[in-house]
Amino acid sequence: MGYVWDFFAVARNADILLAGLGQTLLLSVCGIAVGVAIGGVLAAMRLSGRRTLSWPALAFTEFYRNTPPLVHFFWFFYGLPMAFGLTLPPFAAALAALGVQSAAFFAEVFRGGILSVETGQWEAGRALGMGRARLMRRIILPQAARRMAAPFVERSFELVKTTTLAAALAFHETIYSAMVIVTQTYRPLEVYTVVAGLFFIVLFSASQVAEWLEARGRRAGAR
Amino acid sequence: MPTITMPELQFGEVFANIDLLLEACGLTLALWAVALAAGLSGGLLVGLARISPRRWIAWPARGYVELFRNTPVLVQLIWFYYALPVLSGIQLPAFAAAALALSLNASAYCAEIYRGGIQSVAAGQWEAGRALGMGRLRLLRRIILPLAVRRMVPAFTNRAVELAKNTSVASIITVHELMYTARLFSSQNYIPMETFTVVAMIYFLLIYPFTLASYALERRFAAGRA
Amino acid sequence: MTVAGDVVLQVEDLHKSFGSTEVLKGIDLSVRRGERIAILGSSGSGKSTLLRCLNVLEMPTRGRLILDGEAVGKPAAGGGTRYREAELNRLRARVGMVFQQFNLFPHMTALENVMEGPLSVLGRSRAEARRTAQRHLERVGLGGKAEAHPARLSGGQQQRVAIARALAMDPEVLLFDEPTSSLDPELVGEVLGVINDLSEDGRTMLLVTHELGFAYHFATRILFLHEGRILEDGPPEQVLKSPREERTRRFLDRFTAFRF
Ligand SMILES: Nc1ncnc2c1ncn2[C@@H]1O[C@H](COP(=O)(O)OP(=O)(O)OP(=O)(O)O)[C@@H](O)[C@H]1O
Ligand SMILES: [Mg+2]
Repeated sequence: MGYVWDFFAVARNADILLAGLGQTLLLSVCGIAVGVAIGGVLAAMRLSGRRTLSWPALAFTEFYRNTPPLVHFFWFFYGLPMAFGLTLPPFAAALAALGVQSAAFFAEVFRGGILSVETGQWEAGRALGMGRARLMRRIILPQAARRMAAPFVERSFELVKTTTLAAALAFHETIYSAMVIVTQTYRPLEVYTVVAGLFFIVLFSASQVAEWLEARGRRAGAR
Repeated sequence: MPTITMPELQFGEVFANIDLLLEACGLTLALWAVALAAGLSGGLLVGLARISPRRWIAWPARGYVELFRNTPVLVQLIWFYYALPVLSGIQLPAFAAAALALSLNASAYCAEIYRGGIQSVAAGQWEAGRALGMGRLRLLRRIILPLAVRRMVPAFTNRAVELAKNTSVASIITVHELMYTARLFSSQNYIPMETFTVVAMIYFLLIYPFTLASYALERRFAAGRA
Repeated sequence: MTVAGDVVLQVEDLHKSFGSTEVLKGIDLSVRRGERIAILGSSGSGKSTLLRCLNVLEMPTRGRLILDGEAVGKPAAGGGTRYREAELNRLRARVGMVFQQFNLFPHMTALENVMEGPLSVLGRSRAEARRTAQRHLERVGLGGKAEAHPARLSGGQQQRVAIARALAMDPEVLLFDEPTSSLDPELVGEVLGVINDLSEDGRTMLLVTHELGFAYHFATRILFLHEGRILEDGPPEQVLKSPREERTRRFLDRFTAFRF
């Protein structure tokens, strides 16, 4: 009863917050791009059937999947550059950490999707005389892509949430911007509630869209 | 052009102070244990509420689950540490705020695991139980949950792994767990590369057994189904 | 014998092991152009493995494979044979295979399934691939189902599309591995009918089957496989009515026990 909410304190600084949200989305998109690129290479290495390739890829994915992302943010921001006498801007460090960490997860998504295609499909393609690369591109990947869609979206959402850790590197994403506003307005309750609301709106609506698309894809797949 | 110097790594320095980091693991483990226990028990309640035929029970449960799954864990920790006190008038200690936020977060994810597991039990089992004249709750407790829990175990193990990684975020709201101690140590000794590498290894050693266990369980489950 | 062409496929002392279990224990076989060979044998006798070695979906552990006078693979140190991927792909393009489980590509229509080989392996133009694919679909009685995805087709129709897909490569040898074994009984007839119609092309075919009646009418030659060896090899009349081996007789008796 005693507390008087004051959301104007947030509204007056909406530009700062929205700029932060923009940086969050930028970091997310770049992170997904880097993660997908490295993840694709890792998945190919693991599926190559050669131990000299698959074992390093396995070690890499297992390591990054089983350690906290925050450690990697600090490792890339403070650790790596200082060891070489350099400095990295927060965005680059955060992107590197997000990229390698999500690559480990995306690699599993790709590998799982490809392995889920029945062996009969490989055999039918080989029986026609198709080479490995063509078989992959024309027969396996189109089928695997459908099954990868849902876990891919899920991993991407996890990545968006993980970008907030870049606040710890003083990167001006949403949470860091919120902290800036709090120091000016002394309204942590309103500011952080709005931030939670912002993330919820973005992620929840995106997940509803993804679900709808997926359901449509399933119907199309059952033609 | 900055000149690139080859690093001279001083892992010896870190290992000389390894007891500092290992002691900090205590708080990490405590946070993990509290949140996991709360998640497993709270999640069951929320999961059951989620599948209740009564909307006034099911909908708030769904709202809670969606809220915690669709916001970053850092936002949750910050909210419970910095925002909640304004509302409640009580400043929680950092550890309590972190434990509370991580518990609620884990409950939301576990609730979905319970829900999925329960709904995966074939309708035939429900009907068989109902044919015996069992009530809904008794049926859940005696037939459905025992059947479902076995299939949920790999998912819970997975969740435990994610939760362990999340405990490190508590360092940002000044809980003196492993990550916080590592940051302090690295900034005092100017050896961040060595410190964070070792800390990553420590986390890996703490977490990886769970991942291995979940692989084994999944294999066993797959074999049992075949 | 109704046919007497040149030898199109020759197998010499073929062995195949999976780990420590030897499945094929020395197969010698010479297939003449235009022959239709039915392969019989109890479950686990190695029929599928033999067929899969013939288009090198499985690499033989030992022995030689000669297609059209050309040996497949190069002799390697230690007595084995080395196969190059490109060479295997060329060989597989010339030896067609129809699977028990059809293995149609689910993301393509019936027509696209049949077009895929000519298009991406033989390098035909899209228009030409489409024309031949349509012709082969009509041949198996599915001209009207060109735009249907496999999920919309019955098992019998799917298998006929798979046959059209194999035919579209115009293979020198066509292999069938129990093409009707996963079909409902009432659908078996339509697939066997299509296979039977192929006889008039004079194409070389090898068929693993448990349909003894069909084998009798369709085949020019019957092999009986037992524990990885060819136990019986002759015209249908002789193998099915007066087999040389006791094993073969016992196998055949099980099929006639309930005849009415
Ligand atoms: N990839 C493989 N790995 C290990 N063993 C295999 C493999 N493929 C086949 N086998 C074994 O080889 C033996 C012969 O198998 P094959 O499939 O050739 O028999 P088949 O005569 O076709 O039997 P069916 O009538 O049941 O199809 C079986 O014992 C089988 O278990
Ligand atoms: Mg077989």
